[in-house]
Amino acid sequence: MGPRLPALLKDAALTAFVAAALGFFIVGFRTVDIGSTKGLSFDYQFADLAVAVVAIFVGRLGLSLAAEGQRWPALILGAVLGIVGAGPAKLPSAFLHWFVGLAGLLIIARTLWPSANRAFLQARQSSRGQSATRAGARWFGWILLAVAVVMPLMPFADQKTMDLGVLILTYVMLGWGLNIVVGLAGLLDLGYVAFYAVGAYSYALLSTQYGLGFWAVLPIAGALAATFGMVLGFPVLRLRGDYLAIVTLGFGEIIRLVLINWVDLTNGPAGIGSIPGPTLLGAVFAENAPPGKITFSQMTGIPFDGTQRLVFLYYIILGLALVTNLFALRMRRLPVGRAWEALREDEIACRALGINPTNTKLTAFAIGAMFAGFAGSFFAAKQRFISPESFVFIESAIILAIVVLGGMGSQIGVVLAAVLLIGLPEWFRDLGSYRMLAFGLAMVLIMVFRPRGLIAHREPSVRLRAAPPGGR
Amino acid sequence: MAYFSQQLINAITLGAIYGLIAIGYTMVYGIIGMINFAHGEVFMIGAFISLIGFIICSLLGIGSAPVAIVLVLLVAMAFTAVYGWTIERLAYRPLRGSFRLAPLISAIGVSITLQNYVQLTQGARPKPGGQIVSGGYNLFSADGFDVRVTWLQLIIVIVTVVLMAGFTWVIARTSLGRQQRACEQDIKMAALLGVNVDRTISLTFVMGAALAAVAGMLFLMYYGVIDFFIGFLAGIKAFTAAVLGGIGSLPGAMLGGLLIGLIEVFWAGYFSSEYKDVAVFAILVLVLIFRPTGLLGKPEIEKV
Repeated sequence: MGPRLPALLKDAALTAFVAAALGFFIVGFRTVDIGSTKGLSFDYQFADLAVAVVAIFVGRLGLSLAAEGQRWPALILGAVLGIVGAGPAKLPSAFLHWFVGLAGLLIIARTLWPSANRAFLQARQSSRGQSATRAGARWFGWILLAVAVVMPLMPFADQKTMDLGVLILTYVMLGWGLNIVVGLAGLLDLGYVAFYAVGAYSYALLSTQYGLGFWAVLPIAGALAATFGMVLGFPVLRLRGDYLAIVTLGFGEIIRLVLINWVDLTNGPAGIGSIPGPTLLGAVFAENAPPGKITFSQMTGIPFDGTQRLVFLYYIILGLALVTNLFALRMRRLPVGRAWEALREDEIACRALGINPTNTKLTAFAIGAMFAGFAGSFFAAKQRFISPESFVFIESAIILAIVVLGGMGSQIGVVLAAVLLIGLPEWFRDLGSYRMLAFGLAMVLIMVFRPRGLIAHREPSVRLRAAPPGGR
Repeated sequence: MAYFSQQLINAITLGAIYGLIAIGYTMVYGIIGMINFAHGEVFMIGAFISLIGFIICSLLGIGSAPVAIVLVLLVAMAFTAVYGWTIERLAYRPLRGSFRLAPLISAIGVSITLQNYVQLTQGARPKPGGQIVSGGYNLFSADGFDVRVTWLQLIIVIVTVVLMAGFTWVIARTSLGRQQRACEQDIKMAALLGVNVDRTISLTFVMGAALAAVAGMLFLMYYGVIDFFIGFLAGIKAFTAAVLGGIGSLPGAMLGGLLIGLIEVFWAGYFSSEYKDVAVFAILVLVLIFRPTGLLGKPEIEKV
C-alpha cells in the first residue's frame, strides 16, 4: 500500500484518540439515580466506548484509504465492520450494532461513490438518459400526486397508514409554506412553529368558545397568522440573515411562553381539549351526532366506520397542501416571486434596481405564516386537543430540516424529505429515541456534503429568453 | 433596600455565568462572523463533565472542596475544549465559503445532535449535583432581612473576573491574540501575512468552549441541578448578552452578561417570574431592531 500507510494509520489513531476524549466522560460514566439522599452513582460503559472508538479508528482508516483510491483494502475494512455490526457476535448494546454496521456501509459507499457517480453521470449524458431525466422531471410530481390521491382507497390503508399519511402531508404542507420564506426569499425563519401555533389556537378558541366551524375559521386562522407574521416581521426584516434567524427564534419562544402563562385565554400548559373536527357540508364524522347536527352516515347512507374520519382528514390536508404548492408555484412567476428569488441571491443589487426589500420580504413572511396558520388549524381539528408542548423550537427545526434536506426552493424535494424524515422514523419505531439524533446529524451532513439539498433548485423560475439566432 | 441589595448580588452572580458563555459567542462571531448556535450545548456538556468529575472526586475520596473544584475545573475545561475543537473541525470548517446561512443551519444540527447525544447517554431526567460549597457571609441586616453573600457566589464572581482578566491578557498581549485580532479584521490578509488561519480559528473555538465549561461548572454548583436541555435557554440568554454588549467585543460580552443577569433577576423579583424569559427575549429583539451593534460594538459595513 505504499509509504502513505503510516500517515493514514497515524491520522486514524488521532481521530480515535479525539473520539475517546469526547466520549470518556459523557459516554463512559452514565450517571444513575440511587435515591434522593445519596445522589448519583455511575453505571460504567467503557466497553461501549471501546467498541465505538475501535469502530471509529477502522472507519477513519477505511475512509482515508478510499479517498486514496485503495479500493480493495477499503472494501475489506467496510465489509468487516458491516459483518461485525450485522453479525451474531454480541456487542455491548443494540446501538453499537447500528453504529458499527452503518460505519461499514459508509466506507463501502465512499469507496464505490466515484465510479457510481461517474456511471450515473454518463448514463444521464446519454441520449436515452437525457430523455428519461426530462420525462422523470416532468412526470414524477404527477405520479406522486396520483399515489397520494388513491392511497386511502388501497386495501393496505389501515388506520396506522392513514395516520402516518396525514402526519406526512401536514409536514409537507408546512415544508412548502416555509419553503416560500426560506427557499424562495432566503430568509431563515427559526420561529415558524409560532404561526402554526397561532393557527391552531385560533381554531381551538373560536370553535370551543364561539362555536364556529372548521371551514369558517380556516380563512380567519390564516389571516390571523399572516397578520402576526406582518406585525412581527415588519420591524425585524431589515436585519441581516443570521440576526433575523435568532430574532424569529426569540419570537417563537415568546409566543410559546405566552401560551403557557396566559392561562385565562389559553388554559396554560393544560391545553385546550374537545375541539370539534371538520365537517363535510355540515355533516360530522362521529357515530352519534351532537344535537342539531347530522352525521356523515346519516347524510349519505354509508354505514359508520372509524376510518372515514381519517380519510376525510387526509383529503383535507392533501387539498390544503396542494393549494400551498400551487400558490407557491404561481407566485414564483409573478413579479413579487421573482423579486424574492432575486433578493435571496443579492440584496444590494435588488435595492439598486428599485426593489423594496422590506416589503418584498414581508410578503414572503406573511404568506409563509398564512399557510402555517392553515396547517395549524388543521392540526387542532385533527388532534382535538392542543397544548403549548406541540409548538416547541424542535418543531421549527424539523420543518426547517425538511426544507433544507429537500433542497431549498425545490417543491418535490420537500415531499421526499418529509417522507424520509417523518415517515421513516414512524415506520421504524424502535429507532424512536435516535430519531432526533439522526435529524441533527442529517442537517450537518447535508450542509457539509450537499448544501443544495437532495434536489437542488436554485435556477430562477423565470428566465429572459436569449435572442433567437439571426436577430429579429 | 435589603431586598434590592440581595437581588443585586444574585444578579451579578448570574450575570457572571452568562458573561462567560457570551464570550464564546462573541469571539466566534468576531472572527468568522457566524452565530455558533451549538455553543449553549457546549456549555451543557461542560456542566455534565463537571457533574461527573465531582462524583468521581467524591468516589476517590477527595474531601477538600477547593482541590475538587480546581481539579474538576481543569478537567472540564480540557475535555469540553475537545468538543469545541471537534465541532469546528467537522461541522463548520468545511462550510467556510459556502452560502451565508449554511454554517447556521449546520450549527442548529450540531445543537440538536449534542442534546440528543447527552439525553441518550446520560438520560433525560434532571441530575442533582449536590452541594459542594455551603455557607456564606452576612453583609448587613435591614428590615428584618439578612443580606447574604454565599461563598459560592464569591467563588463564581472571582473565577469569572480572573478568567476574564486572563483572556483579555491573551487577546491583548500574546501572539495568539494578535493573530486572532488580525483574523477578525481580515482573514485573507492575515493568511497572506503568514497567520495560520485554520489554527487560529480552531483555538478560538477551544477557548470559547473552555470558558463555556467553566460556566457550566459554576451553573451546576449554583443551581445544583442540570439536565440535557439547559443549553438551549442559557445559550439564547448568553447570545442576547453578547448582542446587547455588542457582538465581537469582549468587554461587551461581560457587560451584556451582567445586564442580562440584572434584567432577569429583577424582572423575576419585582414583576413576575413566569415572564422573565419573555423579558430576555424581548430585550434581544429590541436590541437587534434598534441598536444591532449593541452597546460597545462597532458598526458593521456590508461590502458587496
